[in-house]
Amino acid sequence: MTQLATTDPTRTEQPPPTGPAIRRPGRHRYARAVAVFVAPFGILFALFYLAPIGYSIVQSLYVVKRTGTYGPAQEVFGGLAQYRLVFSDGPFWTSVARMVAFGAVQVPIMLGLALALALLLDSGLITGRRFFRLAFFVPYAVPGVVAAIMWGFLYSPQLSPLKPITSTVDLLSADTVLWSIANVVTWVYVGYNMLIIYSALMSIPTEMYEAARLDGAGRMRIAWSIKIPLVMPAIVLTTVFSIIGTLQLLSEPQVFRSFSSAVSSTYTPNMTVFSLSAIPNFNLAAAFSVVLALTTFVLSFAFLKATQRRGMP
Amino acid sequence: MTTHPTTPAETVRRRDHSILPRSAAMLIMGVCTVYFLLPLWWLFVGSTKNREQFTGTDPLWFADFHLLDNIGDLLAYRDGIFLRWTLNSVAYTGGAALLGTLLAAMCGYALAKYRFPGRELIFNVVLSGVLVPATALALPLFLIFGQFQATNTFWAVFLPSLVNPFGVYLARVYATAGVPDGLLEAARIDGAGELRTFFTISARLMSPALVTIFLFHFVAVWNNFLLPLVMLSDERLFPVTLGLYSWNTQITQVPELRGLVIVGSLISIAPLAVAFLLLQRFWRTGISTGAVK
Repeated sequence: MTQLATTDPTRTEQPPPTGPAIRRPGRHRYARAVAVFVAPFGILFALFYLAPIGYSIVQSLYVVKRTGTYGPAQEVFGGLAQYRLVFSDGPFWTSVARMVAFGAVQVPIMLGLALALALLLDSGLITGRRFFRLAFFVPYAVPGVVAAIMWGFLYSPQLSPLKPITSTVDLLSADTVLWSIANVVTWVYVGYNMLIIYSALMSIPTEMYEAARLDGAGRMRIAWSIKIPLVMPAIVLTTVFSIIGTLQLLSEPQVFRSFSSAVSSTYTPNMTVFSLSAIPNFNLAAAFSVVLALTTFVLSFAFLKATQRRGMP
Repeated sequence: MTTHPTTPAETVRRRDHSILPRSAAMLIMGVCTVYFLLPLWWLFVGSTKNREQFTGTDPLWFADFHLLDNIGDLLAYRDGIFLRWTLNSVAYTGGAALLGTLLAAMCGYALAKYRFPGRELIFNVVLSGVLVPATALALPLFLIFGQFQATNTFWAVFLPSLVNPFGVYLARVYATAGVPDGLLEAARIDGAGELRTFFTISARLMSPALVTIFLFHFVAVWNNFLLPLVMLSDERLFPVTLGLYSWNTQITQVPELRGLVIVGSLISIAPLAVAFLLLQRFWRTGISTGAVK
């Protein structure tokens, strides 16, 4: 999490606000203020973030045992028994592989489009920038469930205004539905990512381009050699968020179950966890969500490490 | 004419130079605009049609204008359950986003402006909260609330929605950059307490960032689906997304729900679209602070 987690150097290098002589009592006075500022968020964070994670981990270590067929169910410590079930669960790992394939295709397309549109908005070739920026961003205001319902109708052959496409290709069949869902996700998030990259572009001082232009660099060259490297932190940030989002995919495919029989109840890892909670088998569901969280961490950090090694900021 | 023989040729050449890239760029923008807006246009047009026209007429152009009738039907259906869902969403979202923004701002501000032991630890722990998958939280939260017999209540969705770790990050970045230490020092010399300084000076300086945090928090809670799906079984507590989802799953058995889902979807988008339009100036400046750092 380089650009997220690194502390701001300007802060840490600065001397404390009060002089050294009165620093101690001053600190004491601020301690109360700090507590008042931090505690409300801190308590809620502990209750609704840290406690559930801890609870998940504990739950995942237990198994439900019955004495005889009709005996009362009892939770006993089972060690890693649930995790053995997770690792031998074929459909779960198929769904993880499905999401990795989904992400490997959808994330580059979405961010490539977002980057291209941000560069075009910044290129000076466009009139009506305000309009385009807003038009591309509007889908972000559409809830994932609603976007999926809307596109589900658009893909349905009887209703769709896209008849030329829907009459030749079944967009809801087992082979295509994953990419139909990818299109929904892309539609919602391109504008959001574009805006983050565009904001980064806007903060580049224009003198940087003028020097390059004097050296005879064209528009493409400036975009490739100056703009893209400078907005790399924003691209890395959006990629990490996209990786997390992909592994957590739930509402869009869950909605698509109404439109396509090809979407099963274990189509994505999150859907598996959710369907287990409905049975309910919370211990196994907890083990699944712990594994999913760890997978997310590993993939996000692997990506960050890979970009760091290539000398990116 | 003869004094400037090169001028017209030069103008033409310069225009030639940029007219091709310019029109190519505008063409791409135009195609993308169609892609992003066409589904919404379809939704709007569909919302204005009655049932026969919805299937029988051009899906991208108006037939008779029945939008108000359709909205009337939607609000009347089963004693106005849709209105209740919308109000629920407003209560979950508005409340959680307002209060959540305040809490995140206070915490981020303290992390930026005070030096205290454990500051970096708190910041890093909160920040890794951004990476935690929603299911890893929703399910154990359901079990924890279950221990207090509090699942299927307003609070089961509202309380967890207050926590916005990314808001803390944005608030810290913005407080570092936008609230000068000298100003805080001056306020201290004038005898203002730390809390009062925050509310009267710092929060005001941070306001563009606060609007951004509020908007993104608002979107996140408004769009939240998993937590209410797991927590709530009483239809009367549903937010609008969960309500529309439950209708959509029943369309094959109850075909008249289709029209209601279409109009309901349109209405569920409206509050966010309006909020984004009205607060454009703020989120545009605010979003850059998060992206650049």
